[in-house]
Amino acid sequence: MGNFFKSAILCALLFLPINGWTGETLRLATTTSTYETGLLDQLLPPFERAHNCTVHVISVGTGKAMQIARNGDVDIILVHARRAEAAFVAEGYGVNRRDVMVNDFVLLGPADDPAGIVGLRDAKLALRRIMAARQTFVSRGDDSGTHKKERSLWQRAELTPAGAWYLEAGQGMSATLRMADEKNGYVMVDRATYLFHRDKIRLKPVVEGDADLFNPYGIIPVSPYKYAHVKYELAMALVAWMTSPECQRMIADYGWKGSLLFHPSAAGGDR
Amino acid sequence: MDYIWQGVRDSLQIIAGLDREFLATVFVSLKVSFLSTALATVLGVPFGMWIAEKRSPGARAIITVLNTLMSLPTVVVGLMVYSFLSRRGPLGEWGLLYTQTAMVIGQFILAFPIIAGLSVSSVAGLDKRIRTTARSLGADTAQSFRMFLREARYGILAAVMAGFGRVFAEVGVSMMLGGNISGYTRNITTAMALETNKGEFAFGIALGLVLLTVALVVNILFSLFRERSR
Repeated sequence: MGNFFKSAILCALLFLPINGWTGETLRLATTTSTYETGLLDQLLPPFERAHNCTVHVISVGTGKAMQIARNGDVDIILVHARRAEAAFVAEGYGVNRRDVMVNDFVLLGPADDPAGIVGLRDAKLALRRIMAARQTFVSRGDDSGTHKKERSLWQRAELTPAGAWYLEAGQGMSATLRMADEKNGYVMVDRATYLFHRDKIRLKPVVEGDADLFNPYGIIPVSPYKYAHVKYELAMALVAWMTSPECQRMIADYGWKGSLLFHPSAAGGDR
Repeated sequence: MDYIWQGVRDSLQIIAGLDREFLATVFVSLKVSFLSTALATVLGVPFGMWIAEKRSPGARAIITVLNTLMSLPTVVVGLMVYSFLSRRGPLGEWGLLYTQTAMVIGQFILAFPIIAGLSVSSVAGLDKRIRTTARSLGADTAQSFRMFLREARYGILAAVMAGFGRVFAEVGVSMMLGGNISGYTRNITTAMALETNKGEFAFGIALGLVLLTVALVVNILFSLFRERSR
């Protein structure tokens, strides 16, 4: 039976974490929309090759990404919640925030549109009607960028959504979208995630084009003054790459089944 | 039903195609779970055997605690270890959060109570005269330990397998401590959670099949071992 232990230990040695990474690793916390749409799989490899490093992507909501960064557990974040980003920088956790890209949010709903909001250009009015009709609305409920945006819309419409019709998923964008689809309810989603899932869901866009639904993404390195261990130089190199003409062109060209998902905005952008 | 069959067919293609991302994911699962189970075995089995021999109320209390911890929710372990390993936590300067090592630590905490607790019961079920006999024949502590180990080998192996089964199939600890980083901390279960969210069922089913196959192989090995030594 001593053999058993010997082989167990041998096994353990064989599997010892040999992390043969060439070069450094950079930790990026980002939102589910940039990762699950496959965009980062396109943008990061050229950067990794150029800097002989590995980027570890942790894909969570914007709120969680910022919290992880506040704890010093990542080197850089790519998020979408302008006001929260400003607070993050003002508190000294982030430095050198740069715009990277934009897209917009879309309100999706059942094809028969029980709340009667199809074609509206006013997101606040649409929310008011959904609430008045007590139609199922699935919220992210996870303090993500999308959730922050949704809450600010309710707030500005002077409504407090609550009740059996208002579901808080507490999950990522894709999971929330699929939940709304299964429940045949309304949901607010960023356009990239919507287009990515379009062929797999029944919900249709009902409200879009409101200036309130604008969705800008920013990249922020964690401040080396706050946390001495962060890889600030490599993080700044990633900022430089993401805002470079070459990468911005890749963002502009990144499509899914013929639809463009994001618009670059580093050089002033379209808007 | 078509939808499910399509998923199963696609999943077989993924397995047969030996997709690189797929293999990396399977490898991370095997590596992390083997390591954590090995660690929990090396520490848990002797601990279980030692505590089983004690007659004190304290030892009985520890056994009760072990048995309770067997059903420790994975997210509780995840949260606990997370708060220790985060840069703001007491062990922050080690920089272990979102690494494979963090996953091993979390899974070790899950596997240890199972392996130690089941070792207790497999040793407690043995004839008490073994020890007296061994001692009277002049065996020292190490020798009588090996004696017990030999006598209780099936129970202990079953304990190790149960521990491995738990950590190999868990998702909470891996997700919270590993962060589901592609090619590094993404294992079978966290990848399945992600792919289900994305609506990519084929990849998820392929991973599920691997999960089941590994469980099957482990069980076949166990019964072969038992057959042979009968």
